[in-house]
Amino acid sequence: MQATTEPAIRVAGLGKTYRLGAFGERPSTAAAAAIQWVRSTGKQKYTLFDALDDVSFEVPHGEALGIVGRNGAGKSTLLKILTRVTAPTRGRIELNGRVGSLLEVGTGFHPELTGKENIYLNGAILGMTRKEITRRYDEIVAFSGIEKFLATPVKRYSSGMYVRLAFSVAAHLDTEILAIDEVLAVGDAEFQRRSIQKMREAARGGRTVLYVSHQLQTVQALCTSAVLLDRGTLKYSGSVEGTLQAYRDSFESFAAAQSDPAKRPGNGNLRLSSVRMEDEFVKSSQDIVVDFEAPPSRNLVGTYFVSMHINNDQGTVIAQCDSRLVGKWFDPEKPQKGRLVVRDLWLKPGQYTVDVYACQAGVLDAWEGAWRFEVLPDLPYPEFTEQSSTEKGMVFVNFDYEGV
Amino acid sequence: MEQSVQRTVITPPGRLNLPSWRELWNAREVAVRLALRDIIVRYRQTIFGITWVIAQPLVSAGIFTVVFGQIADLSTGDEHIPYFLFTLAGMLAWNLFNGSLGRASGSMVGNQSLVQKVFFPRLLVPVSSLASVVVDFLVALVLAVVLLFVYGVNPGWAVLLLPVWILLILMVGTGIGLAAAAYMVKYRDVGYVLPWLVQILLYASPVAYALSEVPANLRWLFDINPVTWFLEGFRWSLLGTEAPVTWQVVALVVAAPLILLAGTLVFQKNEREFADYI
Repeated sequence: MQATTEPAIRVAGLGKTYRLGAFGERPSTAAAAAIQWVRSTGKQKYTLFDALDDVSFEVPHGEALGIVGRNGAGKSTLLKILTRVTAPTRGRIELNGRVGSLLEVGTGFHPELTGKENIYLNGAILGMTRKEITRRYDEIVAFSGIEKFLATPVKRYSSGMYVRLAFSVAAHLDTEILAIDEVLAVGDAEFQRRSIQKMREAARGGRTVLYVSHQLQTVQALCTSAVLLDRGTLKYSGSVEGTLQAYRDSFESFAAAQSDPAKRPGNGNLRLSSVRMEDEFVKSSQDIVVDFEAPPSRNLVGTYFVSMHINNDQGTVIAQCDSRLVGKWFDPEKPQKGRLVVRDLWLKPGQYTVDVYACQAGVLDAWEGAWRFEVLPDLPYPEFTEQSSTEKGMVFVNFDYEGV
Repeated sequence: MEQSVQRTVITPPGRLNLPSWRELWNAREVAVRLALRDIIVRYRQTIFGITWVIAQPLVSAGIFTVVFGQIADLSTGDEHIPYFLFTLAGMLAWNLFNGSLGRASGSMVGNQSLVQKVFFPRLLVPVSSLASVVVDFLVALVLAVVLLFVYGVNPGWAVLLLPVWILLILMVGTGIGLAAAAYMVKYRDVGYVLPWLVQILLYASPVAYALSEVPANLRWLFDINPVTWFLEGFRWSLLGTEAPVTWQVVALVVAAPLILLAGTLVFQKNEREFADYI
């Protein structure tokens, strides 16, 4: 009887601290480590970074828990600790049941092996016994829909076939606890639909599901409860609605923190100094104009590019505007004042955020939530009708019906 | 749902992290599949396939026969044993040692994507990498046995001890390999230094020449070399050469399990941090 009252997962005081080298990077060669050690004797040798700190929660059996939070909030670290890929620095976790993890589809797939060989290899790596794989082999094959190619090395597969086979193996994992990290966003639309269906079944079948995502819609669709992580700490835990509300509300504090360049991700060889729009309110069908400034940087050789994302309040990227696509590169030797003009994007009324990334070979500066604006609730269309005419769709578009 | 649920408690890693045998056993399928993968992949899309396993020791033994037996004019220390067979036996033992060391040490870095994405007892990765080494060895051993008949060499009753030498060689190679694998996760330098050290060790060990050919003033260096210990034992069992010195046999029997244990402990101590460093 004891077993049924125990929660599936109990996390208490969980913390994970990474050591960051004092010179920014962890030494990856013994020589670099020796140099660093010699230089820093007497001084503190590294800085500590808490990826997670004092996280505690419980998940009852049969619950589908969504883990939400912005980039770098610690979602993936939490999932990695729960699936035992990496070890915690502090705290304690109790897991009642086997844990299966889908942190990536096709983990361990080998291109030279055939589809069949890969099913067995991948199944074993994901934690299935040989009996389980053999028992579910036909189901896996049927679900993937690639019966004809089982004797073909997967290197000859199209990327679609590859992903389908990989997901099929993962979807037939029979563990009591299942951890998923945004693997749903794979394959064609039809396969995605089937995959989500499979995840729903998993949760309904009395299994405990942990689901990490940026896509708040999928969390809404799949989860029965949720937790919100913010910079390594648990900010909210409870209903899905409550979590999503807390996520939206947390924007202010997040944006404030991000305005400090030292706290932003990216290697820091260049930091944007300002990102702004003329107004915090935009009318749908109006051009969206974002200005940014960047000081010159001596640490950088060669030009860099800028990519801006416009996200809705669900965290979905509505538009990516990469300066490479229009042949714009910026010279780090001079101070830069750039302007993004987005035409013909008719956003629906609501809150939007702008993320700005400055990149060269790697990410120089990642400024998420650099600006927030609101699209006013007046329609860009000539007629006004009942609400059902505008409910669907992510954006408005400039359309017409002709020939009548 | 009727069966009792498995309960796992995760806590920060302690200082001494002994492998959980139950967990290793439960995940044995991973080792089996990884081993199969290694073996299948090696000879897929090759024309000669398994022939390469036989060709490699034959060619190296042939080269050593020419260089050491003909050019340097060294002897095997035993007139009944042709130089070629002598070096081939040396190559077999050496390849088993070198193979297990090399394969085990590179296995963690070679399976990075697995280490970062899924959990299973990490020890299974280097352990499974031994399978292809052992398969290679067994194929080459069959060839050597055929040659024993061809040359009419009779090793005598000592041949019964062959499995013991094989096991001891594997222990030494794997033990060092496990420690090297753990350090290579943090420092890739190990991957560059190791082959170089092994190369030196190959020429510093009586693989292609007999111990009796070593000048007396250098002899002590060879006597304290564990590779000498198992080479002498292995050749005694396979070819019926002179029996190894007793203290060296005792030293090997004591040292081999200790090296394996030490390697396992080093590996396990770092195991839970692999995903963070690799």
